[in-house]
Amino acid sequence: MTGIAKRFGSVLVLDGVDLEVFTGEVHVLAGENGAGKSTLVKILAGVHTDFEGTLEIDGRPVRPDSPLAANALGVAMIYQELSLVPSMRVADNIFLGRSPTSRAGLIDDRAQRAEARRLLEPLGIEVDVDRLVEQLPIGTRQLIEIAKALSYRAKVIVMDEPTSALSAPEVERLFGLIARLKAQGRGIVYITHRMEEIDAIADRITVLRDGRFVGSAPAAELPTPRLVEWMVGREVAQQFPRHEARPGAERLRVEEFVVTGGARSARPLVDRVGFSVRAGEILGIGGLQGSGASAMLMGLAGAYGDRARGRVWLDGRPVCIRRPRDAIDRGMAMLTNDRKATGLVLSMSVVANATLADLRRLAPGGWRRPRREREATSRLSEALHLRAASLEMEVGELSGGNQQKVALAKWLQTDPRILLLDEPTRGVDVGAKREIYQLMNEWTLRGIAIILITSEMPELLAMSDRILVLHRGRAIAELSRGQATAQRVLEAAMGKQVVV
Amino acid sequence: MNRSGLFVGLVTMVVGFTLAVVSRFGGVPVLLLDAVAWLAGFAGLAHDRASAYPYVLLAWYVATVVGVFIVLRACQNLDARRNRGVRLLAHPASRALIALLLVLLLGVLFDADGAFYKVQTHRDGLRQASVFGILACGMTLVIITGGIDLAVGSVLALAAVAFARMSIHWSWSPWLAVPLCLALGAACGGVSGTLAARFKVQPFIATLAMMVFARGLAKTVSGGMKVSTAVQNADGTYRYVEVPDVFRAIDSRLLADNVSMVTVVFLVCAALSWIALARHRWGRELYAIGGNEEAARLSGVLVDRAKVLAYAAAGLLAAVAGICQAAQEQQGDPEAGGGYELSAIAIVVIGGTNLMGGRGGIGLTLIGTLTIGYLEKILSINAVPESRRLMLTGIIIVAAVLTQRRSRT
Repeated sequence: MTGIAKRFGSVLVLDGVDLEVFTGEVHVLAGENGAGKSTLVKILAGVHTDFEGTLEIDGRPVRPDSPLAANALGVAMIYQELSLVPSMRVADNIFLGRSPTSRAGLIDDRAQRAEARRLLEPLGIEVDVDRLVEQLPIGTRQLIEIAKALSYRAKVIVMDEPTSALSAPEVERLFGLIARLKAQGRGIVYITHRMEEIDAIADRITVLRDGRFVGSAPAAELPTPRLVEWMVGREVAQQFPRHEARPGAERLRVEEFVVTGGARSARPLVDRVGFSVRAGEILGIGGLQGSGASAMLMGLAGAYGDRARGRVWLDGRPVCIRRPRDAIDRGMAMLTNDRKATGLVLSMSVVANATLADLRRLAPGGWRRPRREREATSRLSEALHLRAASLEMEVGELSGGNQQKVALAKWLQTDPRILLLDEPTRGVDVGAKREIYQLMNEWTLRGIAIILITSEMPELLAMSDRILVLHRGRAIAELSRGQATAQRVLEAAMGKQVVV
Repeated sequence: MNRSGLFVGLVTMVVGFTLAVVSRFGGVPVLLLDAVAWLAGFAGLAHDRASAYPYVLLAWYVATVVGVFIVLRACQNLDARRNRGVRLLAHPASRALIALLLVLLLGVLFDADGAFYKVQTHRDGLRQASVFGILACGMTLVIITGGIDLAVGSVLALAAVAFARMSIHWSWSPWLAVPLCLALGAACGGVSGTLAARFKVQPFIATLAMMVFARGLAKTVSGGMKVSTAVQNADGTYRYVEVPDVFRAIDSRLLADNVSMVTVVFLVCAALSWIALARHRWGRELYAIGGNEEAARLSGVLVDRAKVLAYAAAGLLAAVAGICQAAQEQQGDPEAGGGYELSAIAIVVIGGTNLMGGRGGIGLTLIGTLTIGYLEKILSINAVPESRRLMLTGIIIVAAVLTQRRSRT
């Protein structure tokens, strides 16, 4: 792949990126969240078809216009979200849509099962092809996904963070399989956020940053500090207006906090994490995908019910939060990281959204007072510089930045003592971002404690008074404002013990 | 494309409407009547001018309706933010009103020798629609949460049978019988609501189960027969008892015989539902659940409780409808209300409440009740057989939904 560029709307997400994969090598694609890794491999896999640049396979220029066409060209992609049908058998899944058929047009089940076994056996995957996929642990499903990719006779296999849901033994099995694939002369593109995986399997590494090609080198010539330096870049723009913090008394204390995964997940999402935040302080949480940071905040806010356990003190008093209502009643507010899916009710008006979490106080005895709601909302919209033609318009019609402000307004209306902000500036334009930073300063001056998750490193470094770094659900480092550098945070986030 | 569609629709609508009104009140050219009679003769439908006349009128009416339909469809794709007229048309209430007006126009064109202009036609039409309207109010609450309640027809029968038993056979005071029947209905709704909300059974399945169960319970309570004023003695003979006063009271008329009591009950139910939806926290919670259940939960809405209450309210209103039905028929029929749940859903949908949840309201359902009620009445005063009425209702549901669907999500 040479000179690849890709736009989403007016945003250039990839700019002149090169990627070269040889047979029999594991090529790691590294970079921070949002560096463009996933977009790049999606172009390779035929998901994004409108891009600039050229794509060659075995020296021949190609341009896959669909995932199916990419498969035919020998490119197979293993997605983060698995693409198996849980309610179907293993064999059916492998040959979904192209099952061998008998002359009458019916599926030749015996041939299909034999073929499936022939595929799985050399990979060392011991699984009954008649089992339903939903009965299998997630690690095995991943291996079946790979077997499915191989059934397309793939020359290049792309794996986008395949280990994010796997336990340590499952990761071992996957690496064994990768070694076998290498030996068969297939090329593997591997995206990961974990340093130990890069150390374990990378032959060559290509680094992207902000959609640009930074460099490509054999793994042996790229020691960890250099790699991280490539990923972070040197300049961190100082465009963040964080004032000096004046922390007050301890607001929130968390010990031994655990969030167990779903029924089929092998490991807990959050594993015995402890920390504390003081009034007027911003605690930043660093971590790459799969670090469990979002799960931790959601768990604290009661979103997971009994799946989240641990000891929590609020203003020195132990609290027990079983559901979001409990958290809100105790002055805890959680801005989720996906305003469309979990933050807002897009079909309701600005007023209805802004007052939703605080209706108990705004509607005494249950009887709503529309005027009071309107007044409260217009106060908030002034404070947040919300730009909406009318407070009665549906939130779905607002721009992303203004939607985010409505979501923030909803939580400010509850007079929180502690704000949990998960990606408060995601999908927000630069002007609105600055406004949100200013607001965070104002809130801390008013004594609100803030826990901030952000995938943008400069934002994390500039806005946080302290940074807690999570790696695979565990707290791996805690850095003060003076200690925190992009290098240290990223190294910790990738699983290296940080020595300060 | 949209502009030209709008133009074609407007022309069709205006021409169709004008011709329809002129034909109705001015008369149709004899030549055209002859031609239509001649053409219709081949189909065995009409043979003379008099029987050709309704077909001509109907053709103009259909042209009007098709024109309106094309205009509404064309407006969907225009940018609603730019044009006030379009924005007004895009509002669900105006669409529901347009549908109602079209139905009333049908009544004006086919007034069955002036029957359409008589007060008692409207009174009876509204009375017949009222039971469906009461069910539709409860259905609206449930549909706004993104659910559905298939059990209301059976709960209606259960309440009707129970009410008849208590009032006729056991001579209980209405002050005892009415609250008990309402509680029974609310309990049925509460159970299916609990299944749907707490145990995550799909609302369709949960209420389907309740629909079958409540029907069985109704048959058990009634002993499989209609509970009427003919009471069986111990020796197998029948004696006839007085119709209880409460039955007569519910079946009475008010305002110099111009309004049925049942219609008043419906309007009270609609008002209460409106207050709950528009002025109470619970209503806001129902909209939030229907719009985005996860966001509502994370905003501290007690989702399960709000949902259970919605189904319980639907059950309670079904019991109200059942009591009204029993009073009107002067008996409790365990087979009553079969298919009523589908009529109630049709009313809600024609009104413009979104089946996906999150959007809609009681005002729309009120208009939908009038639309369906008047359509039924107008067709019946014109002696249109039930077979045709059903087919027409099907077509109207599709047309209503097609004009309501938003191109923007």
